[in-house]
Amino acid sequence: MTGKEYRTITDVKGPLVFLNKTEPVAFGEIVTIRLADGSIKNGQVLDTSDDLVIVQVFEGTAKIDRTAGVTFMGDVFKLPVSKDLVGRILDGAGRPRDGGPDIVAEENADIIGAAINPYSRQSPHDFIQTGISAIDCCTTLVRGQKLPIFSASGLPHNDIALQIARQAKLKGSDEQFIVVFCAMGITAEEYNFFRSDLERTGALENAALFVNLADDPAVERIITPRLALTAAEYLAFEHDYHVLVIYTDMTNYCDALRQIGAAREEVPGRRGYPGYMYTDLAMLYERAGIVKGKKGSITQFPILTMPGDDITHPIPDLSGYITEGQIVISRELHQQGIYPPINVLPSLSRLMGSCIGAETTREDHKSVSDQMYAAYAQGRELRGLVAIVGEDALNERDKQLLDFSGVFEDRFLRQSRDEDRSIDETLDLCWELMSSIDTKYLVRLDQKWIEKYHPDNKA
Amino acid sequence: MSKEGVIYRISGPVVTATGMSAGMYDVVRVGNEGLMGEVIELHGEKAVIQVYEDTSGIRPGEPVINTGETLSVSLGPGLLTQIYDGIQRPLPTLEEVMGVFITRGVDADAFDLEKKWTFEAVIEKGAAVEGGQVIGHVQETETIVHKIMVPPTMSGVVKDIKSGDFNVTETVCTLEDGSEIQMMQKWPVRTPRPYRQKYAPDTPLITGMRILDFLFPLAKGGAAGIPGPFGSGKTVTQQSLAKYSDAQIVVYIGCGERGNEMTEVLDEFPHLIDPNTGKPLMNRTVMIANTSNMPVAAREASVYTGITIAEYFRDMGYDVALMADSTSRWAEAMREISSRLEEMPGEEGYPAYLSSRIAEFYERAGRVETKNGDDGSVTVIGAVSPPGGDISEPVSQGTLRIVKVFWGLDAGLARQRHFPAINWLNSYSLYPQSLNQWFRDNIAQDFPEIRTQISGLLQIEAELQEIVQLVGSDALPVDQQLTLEVARMIREFFLQQNGFHDVDAYCDIHLQYSMSKAILSFQEAAKNAMAAGAQLNDVVNVPARTALMRGRFEKGYIDTIDDMVKSMVDEIAATVEDN
Repeated sequence: MTGKEYRTITDVKGPLVFLNKTEPVAFGEIVTIRLADGSIKNGQVLDTSDDLVIVQVFEGTAKIDRTAGVTFMGDVFKLPVSKDLVGRILDGAGRPRDGGPDIVAEENADIIGAAINPYSRQSPHDFIQTGISAIDCCTTLVRGQKLPIFSASGLPHNDIALQIARQAKLKGSDEQFIVVFCAMGITAEEYNFFRSDLERTGALENAALFVNLADDPAVERIITPRLALTAAEYLAFEHDYHVLVIYTDMTNYCDALRQIGAAREEVPGRRGYPGYMYTDLAMLYERAGIVKGKKGSITQFPILTMPGDDITHPIPDLSGYITEGQIVISRELHQQGIYPPINVLPSLSRLMGSCIGAETTREDHKSVSDQMYAAYAQGRELRGLVAIVGEDALNERDKQLLDFSGVFEDRFLRQSRDEDRSIDETLDLCWELMSSIDTKYLVRLDQKWIEKYHPDNKA
Repeated sequence: MSKEGVIYRISGPVVTATGMSAGMYDVVRVGNEGLMGEVIELHGEKAVIQVYEDTSGIRPGEPVINTGETLSVSLGPGLLTQIYDGIQRPLPTLEEVMGVFITRGVDADAFDLEKKWTFEAVIEKGAAVEGGQVIGHVQETETIVHKIMVPPTMSGVVKDIKSGDFNVTETVCTLEDGSEIQMMQKWPVRTPRPYRQKYAPDTPLITGMRILDFLFPLAKGGAAGIPGPFGSGKTVTQQSLAKYSDAQIVVYIGCGERGNEMTEVLDEFPHLIDPNTGKPLMNRTVMIANTSNMPVAAREASVYTGITIAEYFRDMGYDVALMADSTSRWAEAMREISSRLEEMPGEEGYPAYLSSRIAEFYERAGRVETKNGDDGSVTVIGAVSPPGGDISEPVSQGTLRIVKVFWGLDAGLARQRHFPAINWLNSYSLYPQSLNQWFRDNIAQDFPEIRTQISGLLQIEAELQEIVQLVGSDALPVDQQLTLEVARMIREFFLQQNGFHDVDAYCDIHLQYSMSKAILSFQEAAKNAMAAGAQLNDVVNVPARTALMRGRFEKGYIDTIDDMVKSMVDEIAATVEDN
């Protein structure tokens, strides 16, 4: 249905256009707006009634006047999906950006995405080896998980995300992930960095990119992740791919959400973000997972920058309530020159328990991970004390723990950007580092693992 | 005005209809697809409807049909072991009809209407019956007898009643006035089911978690709030309660939480054994799952669906425990709907009626005398997810004003991997006074006194720690250093509990008492030894104490603990002679 063109705009406010005297318009329907100079803008219906229709315009409302023609397209927003999406670069509204042809649709998929029936889900339990020790040992990633990176401006979250994208694989398998990359309001420089890295490593052929840059319309960012996830769902559940979705930067997405909320004069929640932001974010994050009877999976790696490094800011806070853990990047470690600067203490993987152990990683993994964590946590705490009373005041145990925290950062955390450690290498490294602490202080290690894996016993 | 109107406006989950006669909370069918909705506001001839399914693609002008009923749940045999969405549609049925993604416009019966159950009448022809009276039994699962009751609004003299195999819609009993009773009845979710009177709670809900049962007990029929930031273990605590608490029926509401977590529960529960009956846990469980990306209005309804089912089992004389994880998501659903209605907001955008809704919900908990004259209870345990972990926000405050038990989860403890991460300094329970008698009669005469000693030690430790922060522990006098050691033992040996460990996950209440006594025995023995000249270091490091502390991970600990305490006391006494 290509309906009539209406010239009944009454108000234009921020990204919103208000018009009246229309045919019955569907909620969520797609709209095109033709300007006097012939250019076309697209939008979506946010509110509809017999008297008034509110349209959210993706490209911004610049130059829209009351004579602009508005056409309702008779359908909700759909993305043409096909296997050919792999290897393509699209813009934030799903149009080719790489100069290639339009996507020939095998299917037109509704981008809002229906919720997966919890009864139809399958619990994730396949260990993904990222090759980064801090993640593999302490916050293990599971296929079908949603694990965000909580970062802040000026930190190397992009490098970490890329390294994960390059190195992620199932243990003992060469099966590659298809990467769906979704950029929301990042700079052209950052985008070029991602693209050239994907090109350099040949990963671009196995990736689909949806790109909305900082100078692209902010409102478009609302749909960009939905397009990316729709493509991911299609590839995972219709074509059995294992898909890794990386989106950056969720903070820009949330700001766009706030912008629309403000224009609609909605009652704001905390820090001006709309009250429904939790639900809105859940509609994205919850599209990760595995479903019964399908081979594919969707694993999500959202990146968000915490404004003012504040983890209680609504964006990381609401994300943390939805996602299955978080990887926290630390400015302090970064300033010490440690890459990847992952602070394992506030980091967490909720699904870790289901994917580590004798059958998947190694029998001593849980025990080692707990001990590394505990020893590092105590070592870090002692640093505060040493600053006051001096190192001489420490007893033998505390000295060992204090030294361990330094070694932990320098040798366990630190690795180069293309160093791909297997889980065995990571765990062996843990044992080597822990051997600097007297065994009687390693209370979280089971005796049988000490006998089997401790370097003193191995030799 | 007719039963049928047309859509005037659509704004997200809120639809306005005109030309339809409607009352508040009437259930309506919206649009050509017949989406389920509920009238929540009337303006002149406009009715404002919250719709329980996604509204994309719906247009003004489509029909709206008023069913004339209010939002109700179906109650009868077949409820147990089920998993529902927020408006009582069974998720397995939805999967059959829609596939793995939840689409819309599908109706599903709450349970199998065709299945035959064996009904056994317990009253006879000619008996006078009232609403709520039990007229027959059905063995619903291995462990639970489903009692068929006269619907609360009905009464009369039995004209006919028969035992035999029936499905839930067949009439099993007829009254003199011609009214018929089936095994299935309906009840509107927003109306509490009636009872004769409410009692003061006097029996604890034993959960098998030491910090809860021992320090902050919850009564059967009480209400508890568990606020905590993300990652502090709310869901693990709720799930432990669902697994191990000694309620006869458990209703678990996953309200606006993670899909994978619900799946984990669904995968796990059928394989778990109830420690109290030795039968599969699923046999006593009803689950309601409305994940965070399912329609927001159905999330609002899910807690009411859950508590109505809980009250129904209470009316049979059972002790029911209801877990709602998380009530904050429920409150947010209210906020979202309220803001679509353009209501004047209260604090942080929440509607002004937030606290009264929370209070009404928790007030449906309680221990009652049922209409049948039995004793039944509904215990409500609500998780709260305060933004940033700051409990000064409206949902936490609204909850704390009404609940009598506060289990405060603490991000700091969680970060130290101290689980359950319940802060013993700011948590409280107002029930000990009313439960002390039960503990004296059933566990030990001095139970309340032991509890006071243990919590007293923790208080002293908190004060001492402040000094230690400044001067270091070596500067403290030796008796205070001992107090710190004892408190550390309470924390590491008693309060910490591994919810994933086969043995440690559930701790018998008698064993809890023995363990607390063991700690006090250590204190006593150490004090005596040190008075006689022993060194603190030697006293603390006796091997029998380590063995005692490790013992809690072994089966049969309850039988060995007394001997272990004895050998610890002996070894500590021996440290005096060594010097």
